[in-house]
Amino acid sequence: MSADFLLELRSEEIPARMQAGARAELEKLFRREMEAAAVAIGEISVWSTPRRLALLARGLPEATEAVSEEAKGPPEGAPDTAIEGFCRKNGVTRDQLELRNVKGRNTWFAVIDKPGQATKDVLTEAIPAIIRDFAWPKSMRWGAASLSTESLRWVRPLSGIVALLGDKVVECSVGNVASGNVTLGHRFHSHGEIAISGAGDYLDKLRGAHVIVDHEERQDMVREGARKAAADAGLTLVEDEGLVVENAGLTEWPVPLLGRFDESYIDLPPEVIQLTARVNQKYFVCEDKNGKLANAFVCTANIAADDPAVVVDGNRKVLAARLSDARFFWELDQKTSLKDHAKKLERITFHEDLGSVSQRVDRIATIAADRLPELIGWPKQKARTMQPLLRQAAELAKADLVTEMVGEFPELQAVMGYYYAKGLGTDVSEAIRDHYKPTGPADTLPSNEVGSLLAIADKSDALFGFFAIDQKPTGSKDPFALRRAALGIIRIVVENDIRLPLQRLFEGIDFERMYQSPKGVEYSDPSDEIVDFIIDRLKVQQREAGVRHDLIDAVFALGGEDDLVRLLARVKALQGFIGTEDGANLLAGYKRAANILKKEDWSGEGKAEPLSYTPEDAEKALVDALDTAAPKAAAAIAGEDFESAMAALATLRAPIDRFFDEVTVNADEENKRVARLDMLLRFRNAVHRVADFSRIEG
Amino acid sequence: MSFELPKRDPRRSFQDTILALHDYWSAQGCVILQPYDMRMGAGTFHTATTLRALGPEPWNAAFVQPSRRPTDGRYGDNPNRLQHYYQYQVIMKPSPPDLQELYLKSLEVIGIDPLKHDIRFVEDDWESPTLGAWGLGWEVWCDGMEVTQFTYFQQMGGFDCKPVAGELTYGLERLAMYIQGVDNVYDLAFNMQGVSYGQVFLENERQMSKWNFEVAETNALFDLFNKAEAECRNCLANDVPIAAYEQAIEASHVFNLLQARGVISVQERASYMGRVRDLARSSCEKYAEKMAPEWQAKYPEWTL
Repeated sequence: MSADFLLELRSEEIPARMQAGARAELEKLFRREMEAAAVAIGEISVWSTPRRLALLARGLPEATEAVSEEAKGPPEGAPDTAIEGFCRKNGVTRDQLELRNVKGRNTWFAVIDKPGQATKDVLTEAIPAIIRDFAWPKSMRWGAASLSTESLRWVRPLSGIVALLGDKVVECSVGNVASGNVTLGHRFHSHGEIAISGAGDYLDKLRGAHVIVDHEERQDMVREGARKAAADAGLTLVEDEGLVVENAGLTEWPVPLLGRFDESYIDLPPEVIQLTARVNQKYFVCEDKNGKLANAFVCTANIAADDPAVVVDGNRKVLAARLSDARFFWELDQKTSLKDHAKKLERITFHEDLGSVSQRVDRIATIAADRLPELIGWPKQKARTMQPLLRQAAELAKADLVTEMVGEFPELQAVMGYYYAKGLGTDVSEAIRDHYKPTGPADTLPSNEVGSLLAIADKSDALFGFFAIDQKPTGSKDPFALRRAALGIIRIVVENDIRLPLQRLFEGIDFERMYQSPKGVEYSDPSDEIVDFIIDRLKVQQREAGVRHDLIDAVFALGGEDDLVRLLARVKALQGFIGTEDGANLLAGYKRAANILKKEDWSGEGKAEPLSYTPEDAEKALVDALDTAAPKAAAAIAGEDFESAMAALATLRAPIDRFFDEVTVNADEENKRVARLDMLLRFRNAVHRVADFSRIEG
Repeated sequence: MSFELPKRDPRRSFQDTILALHDYWSAQGCVILQPYDMRMGAGTFHTATTLRALGPEPWNAAFVQPSRRPTDGRYGDNPNRLQHYYQYQVIMKPSPPDLQELYLKSLEVIGIDPLKHDIRFVEDDWESPTLGAWGLGWEVWCDGMEVTQFTYFQQMGGFDCKPVAGELTYGLERLAMYIQGVDNVYDLAFNMQGVSYGQVFLENERQMSKWNFEVAETNALFDLFNKAEAECRNCLANDVPIAAYEQAIEASHVFNLLQARGVISVQERASYMGRVRDLARSSCEKYAEKMAPEWQAKYPEWTL
């Protein structure tokens, strides 16, 4: 016989953002309790609404199995203290121990019989434990019991527990709340208690009381309902899954409704309208046939209103007041030029050891306009044309931080800068808009060259400053988002083919001059560390693209390769080569040669002197191959033709294999031994010109 | 001559909204207080809320508190923003188990039908570093408009609330605009004899906005701030924490005026806020410490 178990924990409104976590927590704790009591569990469903968390476990056994456990103890004749300790640990008395022969030795055993337990009794204990152990992001006390701080905590006051195994109430109580079989329906559409007879009628009874318990069903209702409301008005919904989940978490009976706001607000930047609607009011917005933002919003009511138009009209007024505030900020901000706004950045501290935002802006301008054009090899003429634009974009990029609109909506920084800089041409305005980009792996890159360089400069300054004052990311802590900054630089240079020597970039930054702070800060030159940090990020980032991290190491370890575009080209060629039979065998040959050289402590250039003896055929073949391949590989690398470099290496494969097959390196004659070790050294060095093969795994 | 009390009609009278709330919360056992006779930014500053949230004794009160937010002034030009408006405060300690239902019933009493209007409880945790206080709760939405702040106080003056008090703060003008169906606060009917909110307050908003932003003598304000701070310390030293708390409120409001006058820089701002916080918290602490023996005598299990 098995039975379904239903648990509903009813409370005052649970914050929408916490509901997904709460469902996972409820399932986790329930599984923990059932596992501890050895109750076999089948399928579990967990649901949430603003006012309840519900769990349905199907097919629980009526009782747990009786089990007999044995524990092996000390041997016969062991000291009394050891035997007593063993008894205590297992909760038995000494006369309950049994002696058994284990490999010819008499040993004490404790046999512990655990009788089966009624599942109902297990649940009676488990429910209070689940509630008491429940981890909420924030929890609270309430009511008369809160005279003591020991009183029950929950996310908001806990008001009811439904606990039914089959059709029987599982009796339990927590705080002042006792379990039962009655719950409440929708706050306004339903009156009085609703008796639940079991897991089978729970969802339907509540549906009858205007509560959709299944959050996914409510999400579907919000998503589909909002789409339909937009479509009925000839518009397209701007999809927003975050809003879908949030609105489903705010309602038990979601009813999406479309409203219109005054056409005149459409003059505001669309981002402002969308954010006002979304952040403050949790409304969706819509687009017209041309993809332009329409003067419409979709709100999600929690009632089937007597007259939906009344609800819509109320929401319209609130949105109008918000948009009116936004327009006030929009107009006020534009009464001051961005240049004048930028002056106020002096008063804003960026970081106490790294000066004001205005100082940061100066540094970004220097890197963007004075250093990057030369470092990435722009022709002089182009650099001269672009420098004023770079400088202007850099100097204005942070100005929107002091505007009213960004004060109201911090998410709009850079976007507002873009709008307020529109009169300055697209190079500058789009660069300002894009200078924080990319903010994540899915984000797009800056749309123009000025933006790319400004974004690199912005991130380079952050990396340099925080590394210099030893505020590097550690473990999961990265308060200044430096990993994101490094990844941003990587993506911008790699995806735009920008040839930026990172080492030179960071070494060229003058801390003394650029990072003066009134306090006088301890710092150390962080260039090497930053480049290593960026390479580490590159390895992580490239893993997803299937690029082997050990090959990145193999190329980077050669030193001097801090141009990520070239680095990756080399790595990709190398990866292709290592995957071929020639490559794999050459790697094996390399490792063998390296081991011998290491054992013999043989290092240096590897002399290519005429031999003092007549070489064996295999020796001569290797020397000939090296004479041809080494310069070829070197030239190919200089010409950045990495495929050819690999092809040159491939010609060494047969000779090195043959050399190892036929030649004894450790010859009795010293002159031969030395010459042969030198041959191996030349071979190793030739390979090293392409990559440090000792870093390659496998 | 006999006089029959008229029926309240919040749909046609702002003052009837207030009177209906008074009737309602009075019937729930609240003492109906009058506003605190000092300038303050929110009803929460009223001693009936802050100081009474401390300690084990039950306390149920309701009152209107005129709230002054100098920087919100718009010279009477904005239909939604005022530098002086009314908050309706209810505080119930310990929080009753049906506080949400009591609250929703109060909305019906002032004319909001929850099947005509979409009422929602949207997460909004409250924190006042100034008072060393925080609580969990919601902003209550009516058709998308925040009409009430609903908070279960967890800490006040740095002390755990034992027991927890429930606090409701209704934005009266917003609610009344809703109930009366007007888009401009100045168009609200104040009473049913034709007096509008604008007739009562428009000129006040114009003059006070001007004073807040342009006229107030800043040297005198700085002086007032320092004097309030000194007097607060004097009160604390002489064991009269309620008087000290009044001075903290005074300092807080003077600071808000200085902000409106734009004479406090970004750097100074944090330091002034720290000073106000220090005064308010010291006053709350002193009050709790002074009252603790009395509270403990009545509630032997209770500790501060």
